[in-house]
Amino acid sequence: MTRVYLKGNEAIAYGALEAGLNAYFAYPITPSSEIPETLAKEFGNKKFPEYKFFLQAASELEAINMVIGAASGGARTMTATSSPGFSLKQEGLSYAAGMELPFLIVDICRAGPGLGNLGPEQSDYFQATKGGGHGAYRLIVLAPASVQEMASFPRLAFDLAFKYRNPVLILGDAFTGQLKEDVEFPKLEPSKFDVSEWAVTGARERAPHILNSLELDYQKHYNHIAKIFEKYKRVEANEVRFEEYLTEDADQIIVAFGIVARIAKGVINKLRQKGVRVGLFRPITLWPFPKTALRKLVDQGKQFLVVELNTGQMIEDVKLAVGESVVVDFLGKWGGIVPTESEIENKLRRLEAVAV
Amino acid sequence: MSQLALRVKVGRLESLTENPTHYCAGCEHGTLTKLIASAMDDLGIRERTVMIDSVGCSVLAYNYFNCDHVVAAHGRAPAVATGLKRVRPELMVFTVQGDGDAASIGLLELIYAADRNTPITVFMVNNGIYGMTGGQMAPTTLQGQITTTTPEGRDKLLTGSELDASKLIAGIDGAAYVKRSSLVLTEISGPRGKVYTIKNILDAKKSVENAFRVQQKGGFAFVEFLSTCSVNWHMSILEAKRHVNNEVIKKYPLGLFKDTFGVETK
Repeated sequence: MTRVYLKGNEAIAYGALEAGLNAYFAYPITPSSEIPETLAKEFGNKKFPEYKFFLQAASELEAINMVIGAASGGARTMTATSSPGFSLKQEGLSYAAGMELPFLIVDICRAGPGLGNLGPEQSDYFQATKGGGHGAYRLIVLAPASVQEMASFPRLAFDLAFKYRNPVLILGDAFTGQLKEDVEFPKLEPSKFDVSEWAVTGARERAPHILNSLELDYQKHYNHIAKIFEKYKRVEANEVRFEEYLTEDADQIIVAFGIVARIAKGVINKLRQKGVRVGLFRPITLWPFPKTALRKLVDQGKQFLVVELNTGQMIEDVKLAVGESVVVDFLGKWGGIVPTESEIENKLRRLEAVAV
Repeated sequence: MSQLALRVKVGRLESLTENPTHYCAGCEHGTLTKLIASAMDDLGIRERTVMIDSVGCSVLAYNYFNCDHVVAAHGRAPAVATGLKRVRPELMVFTVQGDGDAASIGLLELIYAADRNTPITVFMVNNGIYGMTGGQMAPTTLQGQITTTTPEGRDKLLTGSELDASKLIAGIDGAAYVKRSSLVLTEISGPRGKVYTIKNILDAKKSVENAFRVQQKGGFAFVEFLSTCSVNWHMSILEAKRHVNNEVIKKYPLGLFKDTFGVETK
């Protein structure tokens, strides 16, 4: 076990290297650029013998399509970007989902729309969890709330990507990307993945492998999408991840992900000392969304406060999970502004008053 | 002369499947398919070749070439090829793009693949039009040419001049091999009237083989092939071929633009 003091973005880079990253394709954009910078610096480090290639592409589109090429060859590959760049990645993500390619993409979300600013937001939630590009598909989406999770999620992401042959997204934000904390890397070998059934490695003593999203025969294409959505059902059944913090006896539950969940924990700890029973439900996989676990909390007649760094996106999934009969309030901050603990506390107090 | 002799293989090429192609009658895509497959057989590279299929008339190439394929998004084939080649340098990676794919929506990907001297091979079919989508203007469309999106003819004041992709790529320092060939049969006058010669086809075959050889030497190769699209040009097959030989070739003269490794002379 090694313990290091790292920025969130650096932790993602080292986490990917520890997980056996083969190739990185870069395009710089604030506030994600420490990821390619770290990986450029570490290129050639003998500590990471699997790490064979680093290249800065000429555009976000070029980078994601290089990732598609490398993933087609069975390599463990990734790229990272931030919101305006994530919009440009959507073309490649749609193709990759259709071709069933495994790789890791990171979006260090900043304020939008358009150029927005460089501050933290979670306003890419829709784009991240609903498909984002054209056509019917999903990304598996992991939302880290600490630098430690930034460090350990790349391994999980590659495991999931290769298990289900689908791109996996780590959705961070400008806050978690720039946050600096102690992290630990467990001494673990990179996972082994068998790509021999599908990767393009040259058709030697086997039929050609064709990685393709095109199917002109309507019935065949219907079947292909049906097959992908059968796979997504397995993901929904097996890969839901979430954290519950003091929810058992709580009258009020804050639902938040990423950095907001950290702030919410601070509020909860403070209120608990005053005897107020508040808990936190933190989705770790934004897709598949932990709707069943959240619904279980409804049965106990609790109030919900969704706090997000946007104008209200995850709240739609929360409402779908808990239904119309429950009070679901919302606190949103955007434009790079993060809610303070007292703002969340005030909102909880008002919510309590409404319920009475 | 022996160099020019077209080696005729008896029987099926190993690098071709048995599927009939969807190409229109008179289209040179079929000719290029045969030339590439023949070069793959001759160089013995089929089992380690991956084709990146582009978007356009070449998109169904995975039905025809008996090798591994990745089907790229419109214009992105050189980027996909780069990613694959860099993680599996032992592979031969090539793409067949149209002029719309390579010189319009995918120009950035093409330029930077060349700029980095990426060891991949790009074949571009220049038929002056978007064929697959039904005959819209391409960057290579001639001035005054009528297409479905230039019904009054292309006018450079609005839609620009013909883009010479070979000249453009040859101007990029990294590109190792740039050549413009033609896949169109030519007519010559013989003692008993007009006859057709396969001179262009022989040269195109040489270009294909050399473009693969350049990749084997670690360089970026780009070959542009003049071709017809009689359907979208609204010409007969013969008229279309004459149009390339008499008109198109004036704007896009054939020739070797760049040959860093000197493969053409050897």
